[in-house]
Amino acid sequence: MALQSLDIKQRSATTTPAPQARQTIEIAKLIDVSACIGCKACQVACMEWNDVRDEVGSCHGIYDNPVDLTENSWTVMRYAEVEEQGKLEWLIRKDGCMHCSDPGCLKACPAPGAIIQYANGIVDFHQENCIGCGYCVSGCPFNVPRISKKDSKAYKCTLCSDRVAVNQAPACAKACPTGAIQFGSKEDMKDYAEKRIADLKERGYQKAGLYDPAGVGGTHVMYVLHHADRPGLYSGLPQDPAISPTVSLWKGVTKPVAAAALGLVALGSLFHYVMKGPNEVSKEIEKEVEKEDAQ
Amino acid sequence: MTNHWVDFKNADVVWVMGGNPAEAHPCGFKWVIEAKKQRKAKLIVVDPRFNRTAAVADVYAPIRPGSNIAFFGGVINYLLANDKIHHDYVKHYTNAAFLIDPGFRFEDGLFSGYDETKRSYGSKDTWKYQMGADGFARIDETLQDPNCVFQLMKKHYSRYTPEMVNKVCGTPKDAFLKICEIVATTAAPNRTLSYLYALGLTEHSNGSQNIRCAAMIQLLLGNMGMAGGGINALRGHSNVQGITDMCLFGQNLPGYLKAPTDGDKDFATYVTKRTPKALRPGQMNFPQNFPKWFVSLAKAWYGNAATKETNFAYDYFPKLGGASDALSIFNDMFHGKVNGFFCQGFNPLASLPNKKKVGDALAKLKYMIVIDPLATDTSEFWKPHGEFNEVDPSKIETEVFRLPATFFSETSGTLTNSGRVVQWGWKAASAPGDSKDDAEIVAELFLTLRKMYAKDGGAFPDAIRDLTWSYNQPLSPSPEELLKEINGKALVDLTDPKDPTKILFKAGDQLPSFGFLRDDGSTSCGNWIYCGTWSQAGNNTARRDNSDPSGLGQTLNWGYAWPVNRRILYNRASADLQGKPWDGSRTVLKWTGSKWGGNDVPDMRPDAAPEEGVMPFIMTPEGVGRLFSREIMADGPLPEHYEPFESPIDNNPMHPRVKSNPVARVYKDDMEAFGTAKDFPYVATTYRLTEHFHFWTKYSKVNAIMQPEQFVEIGEELAKEKGIKAGDRVKVRSNRGFIKAVAVVTKRIKSLEVDGRKVHTIGIPIHWGFKGTAKPGFITNTLTPFVGDANVNTPEFKAFLVNVEKI
Amino acid sequence: MIRDPKDLQRYTASERANHWLVGICFILLALSGLAFFHPAFYPLVQFFGGGPWARILHPFIGVLMVLAFVIMFFRFAGLNRMTAADRAWLSRIGEMVDGNDHGMPEQGKYNGGQKLMFWLMTLSMIVLVISGVLMWRSQFSFAVDVVRLASLAHALAAVVMIVLIIVHAYAAIWTKGTVRAMWYGTVTRAWAKQHHRAWYRQMTGK
Repeated sequence: MALQSLDIKQRSATTTPAPQARQTIEIAKLIDVSACIGCKACQVACMEWNDVRDEVGSCHGIYDNPVDLTENSWTVMRYAEVEEQGKLEWLIRKDGCMHCSDPGCLKACPAPGAIIQYANGIVDFHQENCIGCGYCVSGCPFNVPRISKKDSKAYKCTLCSDRVAVNQAPACAKACPTGAIQFGSKEDMKDYAEKRIADLKERGYQKAGLYDPAGVGGTHVMYVLHHADRPGLYSGLPQDPAISPTVSLWKGVTKPVAAAALGLVALGSLFHYVMKGPNEVSKEIEKEVEKEDAQ
Repeated sequence: MTNHWVDFKNADVVWVMGGNPAEAHPCGFKWVIEAKKQRKAKLIVVDPRFNRTAAVADVYAPIRPGSNIAFFGGVINYLLANDKIHHDYVKHYTNAAFLIDPGFRFEDGLFSGYDETKRSYGSKDTWKYQMGADGFARIDETLQDPNCVFQLMKKHYSRYTPEMVNKVCGTPKDAFLKICEIVATTAAPNRTLSYLYALGLTEHSNGSQNIRCAAMIQLLLGNMGMAGGGINALRGHSNVQGITDMCLFGQNLPGYLKAPTDGDKDFATYVTKRTPKALRPGQMNFPQNFPKWFVSLAKAWYGNAATKETNFAYDYFPKLGGASDALSIFNDMFHGKVNGFFCQGFNPLASLPNKKKVGDALAKLKYMIVIDPLATDTSEFWKPHGEFNEVDPSKIETEVFRLPATFFSETSGTLTNSGRVVQWGWKAASAPGDSKDDAEIVAELFLTLRKMYAKDGGAFPDAIRDLTWSYNQPLSPSPEELLKEINGKALVDLTDPKDPTKILFKAGDQLPSFGFLRDDGSTSCGNWIYCGTWSQAGNNTARRDNSDPSGLGQTLNWGYAWPVNRRILYNRASADLQGKPWDGSRTVLKWTGSKWGGNDVPDMRPDAAPEEGVMPFIMTPEGVGRLFSREIMADGPLPEHYEPFESPIDNNPMHPRVKSNPVARVYKDDMEAFGTAKDFPYVATTYRLTEHFHFWTKYSKVNAIMQPEQFVEIGEELAKEKGIKAGDRVKVRSNRGFIKAVAVVTKRIKSLEVDGRKVHTIGIPIHWGFKGTAKPGFITNTLTPFVGDANVNTPEFKAFLVNVEKI
Repeated sequence: MIRDPKDLQRYTASERANHWLVGICFILLALSGLAFFHPAFYPLVQFFGGGPWARILHPFIGVLMVLAFVIMFFRFAGLNRMTAADRAWLSRIGEMVDGNDHGMPEQGKYNGGQKLMFWLMTLSMIVLVISGVLMWRSQFSFAVDVVRLASLAHALAAVVMIVLIIVHAYAAIWTKGTVRAMWYGTVTRAWAKQHHRAWYRQMTGK
């Protein structure tokens, strides 16, 4: 891990800075929803590359299968039928980890090194350090991590950090037949998105835009949306995602203040003892009691 | 398809009707997305369901299943009435100017010559061209003669007004007209439309005519032969094009050579009947080479037994006594006329209509041999699987043998994709257990049979005894040997006909093209259209050079496309009469002054100067594309709308006297099994899902996870009426049986107003059965009717009647 | 084991056992809880066999502590009712802390400070148990917003609890002769007279 550790930007439950020497390009996956046909090739590629298999489930009256993210399904397609002013749209969104620049999971995680943010932007779970508390679930503004019932470890999309580390695109991007999943430097992805957005605007989607929410410092999985003004249409993509203020308070100011308070009380007690001395039974009263005994 | 997958990226408009490529062909569909991204192409989708393709379409219009011809007729009418056609193209490259027999009529839904007692057109004489004294068809270049194809067509389709389209198809008029407008833009010489279809056009009782409509529209728009044009059949299986090329259908020999019938008493009759004469002067009339193809095939099969003296073993070839399509075979089986059945890579219990009839037919066999990598539903048709397969094995005597075969990835060989590109694939893994590849299984069967004939004699052993079998290991013919044999070779030294001193090929040389095949027995070729796949240069299908100098995606050095590595068929039509490309920015072919050059293998004699007037459609004796199909089709020279055999409306709104296809073959008991709208008020249509492939992938865990359980799709309006909520279990019944499934309630299937009444459509995916890893389900084809297209008998899976109730 | 027959019995054996059960649980909970709370304390998980074991054990110990505490609550709640004397004592707590208890009002078995401590601990305990259950992912699944609030509440209540316990323990250490009450149950009469004169009178009748 010697050299790889240079790629680490942030480590969960670690208060000192990570190595800073190496400069790495930020990467991003761009999901062009307007070119997505919902074929689930990405889901299959994800299962195959990562060697994870969900259960053979059942039909829930919708196309979504598996019906939600699980420890074995790190990405799922979500299908939303939206009809407005007589125009029907089938908005199909690939859901999974957004790889936030300001990752709520990492912020919430109490186990050192269980969540890593690489300098390229990938947020990765290291299950060997995971204690299974589920704080990452509370921390995530996108409801992504899932805790396995079998091993109590947290799982989610790794953005194929193993592939990216050797200059390969994530498995889903590689498998996507229509090029709806693009992968490259974040800058290039933004440029590409701009062209797609211009095309969509020409086709009448005036509100087309890029989903790269500032509330979490931007993400390394971005969407091109036809209706960027209403991300909620896409099976509840959050409008302005940010780490919950509750979590920020819990994992922010509470930690140092409380630690200091505990330290102060403990020290205060010690110094109180040293300065005031013990509260002993006075000789007077001892004598009084002895006297009583003598009577 | 006339073009190829990558060529979709060259289109300005992509029209999908009768297919759902995003769902069924997601990898090829990438090129449609490319066209959208790079050329700002518009994507039109017309389908009963707002499907995955519609999800990325620019325009979507709903249509009632089984009403395609009314829609197409409306488009043809729009193009003709608004003069949105490519005039020069239509005039010169189609048979618009050809004069038809003055006796030709279309009245009350029937063309002239109908014989009601036989349910067929007894006489098609009035469908023919008027012939001149010179022995050629007469034409009127002004297109004004009332008997010319153009005028007949105009008259025929004038009935298909937008109002009529709306009445028959239920398609909203504004959506229909919007589509017409976009389609019409491609009449311009520099704009093209790529037409994409699949089983949504073919699986109807008028399937062949559906496809003709699309072809006619493309001819009117001048889009055939163009880059980004064409009429493009999206084949299902990765090699279904290949299997069709190799004679999937009993009425063909390899390479679409029409098989001999009982009527062809001798070789001369057979060959003469199938070797047409040119209908216009100077035309290539390429099918005139039929004798070369057939004789070379006979040499490949029978070697030294096929000589001039034996009429090239013509007598060894089986002769068709009647229909040979799957429906007719199973109908015969049902009536106890078939003893044994070889079922190789086929799951007819699931794949053919009316599962009850198919199961009953299989139960009448003495034996069935299933050659398949999987334990198919068919192989267990006799075994009770709860309500999914309610049978009584004690009453079934069919002996079933299962011979485990290999998957495509477990053996080397070629796959031919929809774009006719033959690509070699290398074995990726060894098959498990005792499975053998299909060639080994067939070889062992053949050699055992031949030994038995040699030992025990028997009636007419000759055809088996004399079959060539010159493989290194007779029990295991290698894919390489087979492809070389299919490609064909010179059997003697072949000299140049122009210069007999020059030897073109030495005896034993692999031939590079069917142009060198001969009808004197000096060449052999297992399939003429595959000639060139393995030339002296080696295995051309294994080429993997994707360089693309034209930028059109032609990649002429990638694999090998039949015929002769041509990527776009009829490509001569991409240039005007003088040989100048209609669109210089997408040059497929051009006349260089001495020969045809450009970015494809010319579909034209390479030195045919434009002045010679050799027209682009070299496979027709007239040299032009047929808007009017003469006597070739069974059900009329111009496509006409007929209702599906199970129709939700009482009459055909076009002509009340003739409701359904008047010449489609219906067996008596199947006619009785049709349901009526009174009992089965809803239209059903069956289809595939992207998560599954036919009845295979229900065995694969990954696919089963993606789409685990059988469902049907019901529109919100009908669901509300019936009290059905998403996730409820429902029972869908037709007059032939029922299935139970989970309800997917959706906005994507709308009820339509058809002929004054509301018509609801129910969508039924096919992929489930009682065997596999996915949750067991019912065989969808329990519901479908046993009737097919009038020309090729493709079953009418896409439009029939059902009822539905919540369980 | 009575060391001096004149000593006063302050806690019975079962009360002492109950107290220490709660106490041990608390120590374990504090150690594991702090480990999850701040990276600086994370090494404390080693007491439990590592992070996952600390995570597994913490809630079960919590349940045990709460059960033990409930019993303790019913044992001592009656003795911890606040009276006017307690309030008077509390109003002069500054003097007490300063080590000058001469002027403090006479107290019963528990002084106002101890009573306040009792009620604050009870309150913290309630918050801890409710929020703890809401956060217990391996057993329950609640809405994420609720879990987030619970996590914050749990952390705050735990900090309050630990502060209270430090004060509690320190007070016992500071006040000589106190700790033995929880070890073997008795205090000297002088101790009782000095710190809890009303109780002393009640016990001795003097």
